[in-house]
Parts: sequence; structure tokens; C-alpha cells
Amino acid sequence: MYIKYLIILLVVTTAISCGSGNQGADADKGTEQKTGEATVHDPMKNKGIGPIKNIVIANEIDREMAAKGEEIYNLKCKACHKPTEKFIGPAPKGVLDRRTPEWVMNMILNPEIMIKEDPDAKALLIEYNMAPMANQGITEEEARAMLEYFRTL
Amino acid sequence: MKYINKIKSVLTLIVIALIVAGISSCGQQAKDTDAFRKGALSSDVASRVYVAPGEYDEFYAFVSGGFSGQLAVYGLPSGRLLRVIPVFSVDPEKAYGFSEETKPMLETSFGFQPWDDAHHPELSQTDGSTDGRWCFINGNNTPRVARIDLTTFETAEIIEIPNSGGNHSSPFTTENTEYVVAGTRFSVPYPQQDVAINTYADKFKGMLSFIKVNPESGLMNIEFQVLLPAFDYDLAHSGKGKSHGWTFFTSYNTEKASTLLEVGASQNDKDFIAAINWKKAEEYLAQGKGHDVPANYKHNVYDEATHMATSNQMNTVKVLLPEECPGLVYFLPTPKSPHGIDVDPTGEYIVGNGKLSADLTVHSFTNMIAAIDNKEYDTIIEGIPVLKFEKVLAGTVKAAGLGPLHTEFDGRGNGYTSFFISSEIVKWKVGTWEVLDRVSTYYSIGHLMIPGGDSKNPQGKYMVAMNKITKDRYLPTGPEVTQSAQLFDITGDKMELLLDFPTIGEPHYAQGISADRIVSKSKKIYKLEENNHPYAAKSEDATQVVRDGKDVHVYMTMIRSHFSPDNIEGIKVGDKVYFHVTNLEQDYDVPHGFSVMGFENAEILVMPGQTETITWIPSRVGVYPFYCTDFCSALHQEMQGYIRVSAANSSTELKWSLGE
Repeated sequence: MYIKYLIILLVVTTAISCGSGNQGADADKGTEQKTGEATVHDPMKNKGIGPIKNIVIANEIDREMAAKGEEIYNLKCKACHKPTEKFIGPAPKGVLDRRTPEWVMNMILNPEIMIKEDPDAKALLIEYNMAPMANQGITEEEARAMLEYFRTL
Repeated sequence: MKYINKIKSVLTLIVIALIVAGISSCGQQAKDTDAFRKGALSSDVASRVYVAPGEYDEFYAFVSGGFSGQLAVYGLPSGRLLRVIPVFSVDPEKAYGFSEETKPMLETSFGFQPWDDAHHPELSQTDGSTDGRWCFINGNNTPRVARIDLTTFETAEIIEIPNSGGNHSSPFTTENTEYVVAGTRFSVPYPQQDVAINTYADKFKGMLSFIKVNPESGLMNIEFQVLLPAFDYDLAHSGKGKSHGWTFFTSYNTEKASTLLEVGASQNDKDFIAAINWKKAEEYLAQGKGHDVPANYKHNVYDEATHMATSNQMNTVKVLLPEECPGLVYFLPTPKSPHGIDVDPTGEYIVGNGKLSADLTVHSFTNMIAAIDNKEYDTIIEGIPVLKFEKVLAGTVKAAGLGPLHTEFDGRGNGYTSFFISSEIVKWKVGTWEVLDRVSTYYSIGHLMIPGGDSKNPQGKYMVAMNKITKDRYLPTGPEVTQSAQLFDITGDKMELLLDFPTIGEPHYAQGISADRIVSKSKKIYKLEENNHPYAAKSEDATQVVRDGKDVHVYMTMIRSHFSPDNIEGIKVGDKVYFHVTNLEQDYDVPHGFSVMGFENAEILVMPGQTETITWIPSRVGVYPFYCTDFCSALHQEMQGYIRVSAANSSTELKWSLGE
């Protein structure tokens, strides 16, 4: 009996002393939202994974910002995304009817993590024959301007 | 029962002991690893050169490729090869010397040189410490100095040295990179002309060049040259601290032999170290003492904004004559055919490594200045005072080994000298000249290197030996076996061999620097917005094919995973097709390659945001594939295209497309 307790103590102690190094390994992954018992995924509630947590969009389109966005888009994105038709990747036309603005910006800013961990981005990668979205080194301000441009399409 | 109780208590003790052991072993893991690395188990040298997967080395080592003409970058202590930077030799892998942008880099007054012999890398310095901005290296055969930009690890500039015949004592820097130097190993007729070789003693001269380095841009220009007697100027190092303002060059063949130097250049008991007062030279230049001498040399500069090099013709150089410039040059007699010349970190001691002797001769800078002030001259040669040997001598490291070549310093008051003939490194004390330790090298060491070991502030943790011969150290690979370097730990009293690692070409000299002085400055991409290449297509909208007579310019883009355009028709046999290919990626480590079947040229490997141009003169009718040569994505195999070549007299319409 006595020995058994000691052995249990040994195991527990060892586990405690060794276990602490592994904490924090599983950070929050994905944006699967559990409502009630079944998992219902709604892309229009998915903000994606990345630096953009919440943005507010005015009703009026900021034409100056949109023009700047179009310029960056033409330089860095258009080789794979035609504005109004499917190409290497999907067209940005009407994207805000399908995705949240935060998701769109996070996809531009953080594509490597998005295609690994975000359910909607993962689905797109498969749909588009494993052609991964490239990180084009866009700044937050540039991504915001492109979002404004997408509203004009 | 008693017996069982006894067993119980023994078991209890064992279990308690196990618990204690378990707790302490888990908690101490990190500390134990540290102690392990620091030598608690010092017999296990493997762990001291082991850099775990995904971790970085502590130092960069820039090791010359010798007769490969290139510069290799290794990590220390692992000895892992990180990159080979093409400098003086063409490299079809990177299209260096093949692309239209880089061909001008290898232009010389003799035309395009596809090869050279690169000996001495030298890192730029600020206040006597390596600053991680540039690495300079000499081209020995067709005299040149190159500058490598350490933000891109690309050759940024090459300047040819006129009036020189083998740029060996080069490109050693001054302590703020005011100058890098270029002394000629072979004296040549001055001016270069058609004369009998046996007029050597009269018609030949040795030229020492000082190349000024722009502190902002790094751009080099030959500020002045000093005309010296026809000796062979072998190696150099500049003063530091108290001796800042002086540069020292070793010489041999003071006998002025022009044949069988093996015998003829080894007659004199002592040759000379030439001490040049370059601050004095600046004064003489300001006084207009420099002669504008016609010269013919090239200055090639790579512009990062246009991704393109230009080769500029240079026509004149300023020459100072010692007889007109008193105080500019002194000779320090030094036994015996001194090879390496090395200045200790304090700047006081100037070590002449007499390669045909067993001793090291150490001169004192303070003594040298006193001898100059007191005019303690033996004689004067061509206007240059020869100082009295015993008046400048500080001491001798006696009978240290056979054939001393080079010395580096650890910053703790010790010198380390390589001995070629006796294949060893000897550690000795600066000031007392006593030998402290010796270690064998395998085999026939040339240079040795301690990071910062020729600067004011050495980072004296490791030392690298660069060996000329490896014989039995590696698996045989036919008659030629790999060259090699060896890594030593020099933190203890005894030098300790940790690792052998193979090198490219002949590892001649090297420089080392702690990685943190470079890592943060390393460029990851070229920004598309800053790409000013005249033929760049910065978006697919800008792609086109333009015919101009027999020249056809293809403005092409690449991105994961297609070319635009990828179908081209209307090219004719005998056209000269220029593929100007822009990589539209703006992500780190996503280069794309480009090559066409049978195009008698190298591939281009285009970095993100960069434009490169490669040419093709098609000789046969047909349809030829081109493809991406650098595995870029899951759809890399799909990154391909076709180009149609029609007969010279055909009327095939010029057209290009993507996805039509």
C-alpha cells in the first residue's frame, strides 16, 4: 500500500515538473464558431486570422482612397486576380457580399496563416487547385485602400 | 515480517531518490545544456559545432574561393555553406556574366574576363570594428577590386587597377574604410610598353594604389598611386589607433630578378616592409604634387534601382613620386621574404612573417617614428629612406616554426601565426614574444582567420585555418580532392580543433563577423515600386513583345505560377530576342527561374521585384518550350510556355498571349 502511494506520488511529481514546458502550444486556431450544439459556419461572421480585428466602413465610397487601392491592386495583385472574373484566384468583384471586410484584409495581409488555418481560405485553396495566395508585402493602409477599390467594382 | 519491512524501507529510499532525481533532472534541463556547450563535457566537440535545425550560426565567415574567383559564405561554428557569391567568375546558375545586366561587371580594359583569382576578402570597418556594410575582395590576375553589398550579398562594384601586374596586396582597409589598397605583386613596365624582359631593373616599377571609399554609397575611386621600385609587393595591412594613417606593404624580390625567382628572389637576407603615410599623401595631393598620368581601366557599377550594371571607361590616374614627396614612404628591413604583414589591435606592433625563416619579426610603430625623426637611415633607395633594422625592431618570436605566413589576434594580447612548412598554428604573447601553444593543421595552412582578427576589436572566440592540402582528410574524389578549412576554439589556454569542413575553390583568406551585425540589414525583396529597370513590366498589363528590326524585346512577368505572356509567335530565325523578365512576387524567398530549350545561354534567376534580361538568337524553326527553373509552388510544373520560331522570310504575325 505504502509503496503504491509513493509510486503515485513519483508519477504525479514528475508529470508536474516536466509538464509545464508545453503550455501555450495550442493557441486559438481557426474561427469555427459553435452555436448551440451543431457547428454552423457563416463566412459573413468570419473575420479571419490576422491583424485586422474590426473595421468600420462608411456608407459613401471614398473615391480617392479607392483610386489609390486600384493602383496598388494593378501593381501587385492583378497578375492572379482579374477584377471581375475568375482567374488564378477569385475576382474581388462583390467580395464584400461573400466575406467580411476584416476577412478580406486579413487574407491580403496574412495569407500564409489564412490558407493553413482559416476554414474559408482553406476551402478556396482547394477550389483553386492549390494555388496559394502570395504574400505581396502589402501594408494595412494599402489593404484598406484596396478594400475601398473592391467596393467600386 | 521483519524481513518484509526491511525490503519496504529500502524500496522507500529508492523511490524517494528517484523522485528527487526526476525533479532535479527536469528542472535543470536548460542549465545542463548550457553547461554542456560551455565545456562540462568538453570532450564532446561535436556538440560545440552543432547548430540545431532551424537555428542560426553565431558568425558569418566570408571565405575567398581562390582560383574559383568567387566568395563563399559559411556559418560558424557549423561550417555550413550558406551562399556562393559570384564576383570575378561567371556563374550560369545566377546568370552572372550572362545576363545583359551583369555582363558589364566583368568588363576590363582587356575586354570581358570570365574568370579571376580572388584572394583576400576584407570587411568594411567603422572605428576599427567590422561594421557589416561591405566586403571587398581582390582580383589577382587582371588587377581589380570588388565590393560586395552585404544587404543583398551581391557584387555591387568592380574597379580595375591600372599600372599593376597582379593585385595581391589588396584590398586591406583602413580603420574607417577611408581607403582599401591595391599593391602590385608583379612589377611591370611603367608605362606599359614593348621592352626586353631583361630591362626589368630599369624599366619596371611597382605601384601601390589607394582606393577611396565613399562613406555613404561605398563607391570606389582610385585616389592616388605611389610609384615604387620594381619589387614584388606581397601583402598589406593598415595601421590602427596610434598608427592610423599608415599602411604597410611587404615586399620580396628586392633583388629585382625577372627569371627563376625561386632562387633569384631569395638571395637577400632582408627584404622590405614599405610604410606609406597616406595622410601625408593627402597633403601632397592637396599641394598639387600628384601627376595626372594617362591610364586605361574600367570602373563597373551595379545600380540596385535599375538592376543593371554599367561599365565606365577611365582614362587618368594621379601618381605620387617618393623623391618628390619626402616623408611619404619608408622601408623597414625585414627578414626573410616577408609574406603576411599584420598589425596588432593596439596599432603598436607590425608583424613581418618572414616566410623563408623560422622567426617572426615584430617592429614597433613608436620605434619607427623615432627612427624617422632621428633620420636613422641605412641608405636611400629611389628616394625612399631605409630605416635601420635594429632601430625599428621590437622583438622576435624565436624559432616558432617553419615558414611563417600570417598572423591574427584575439584581442586578449595574443597573436596566432600560421606556419606553412611545419603545418601548424602557433599562439604567442604580444610584448613578451613567448610561444604559448601550438597546434597542427591538416595540411599546409596558408591564411588563418579570427573574426575581426585583423581589426582593432577582434571577436576572439573561434579561429579558422585555411589549408592548401587535404590529402587523406576526406573521401577521395579522383586526382583532385576538396580544399578545406578547420575550426578551432581559442577561448581557453589551449587551441582546440573542433571541425574540418570542405570549401569551394582554394580557401585563401577569410573574414568573420558576428551575425547580428548583418542579419537585421539583410534585404528580403526588391520593391516593385522602386524598380527603375528601363525594360521592366511591373504588371501583366505592361507585358508586350516589340520588334525593332531584327531585335525583339519580350517584356515578360512571372508570378506563382505563370509567365505572362506564355505563348509567343512571330519570332524568326536569326532574330535577337531579349527576354526582359520581371518577378512580380513581393514575398521573401520566392525567386523564379527562366530558360528556353537550346538557347545557348544561362538561366536567369530573378529575385522578387527584380528584372533580368537574357538574350537568344534562335537558329532553327520550331516551337520551343520555356519554363520556371526554380521550384516555386505546387503548380511549378505548370509554370511553362511556348515560343514559336518561324523561317527568316516567313510572314508569321508577331503576337503574344496568356490564357487565350
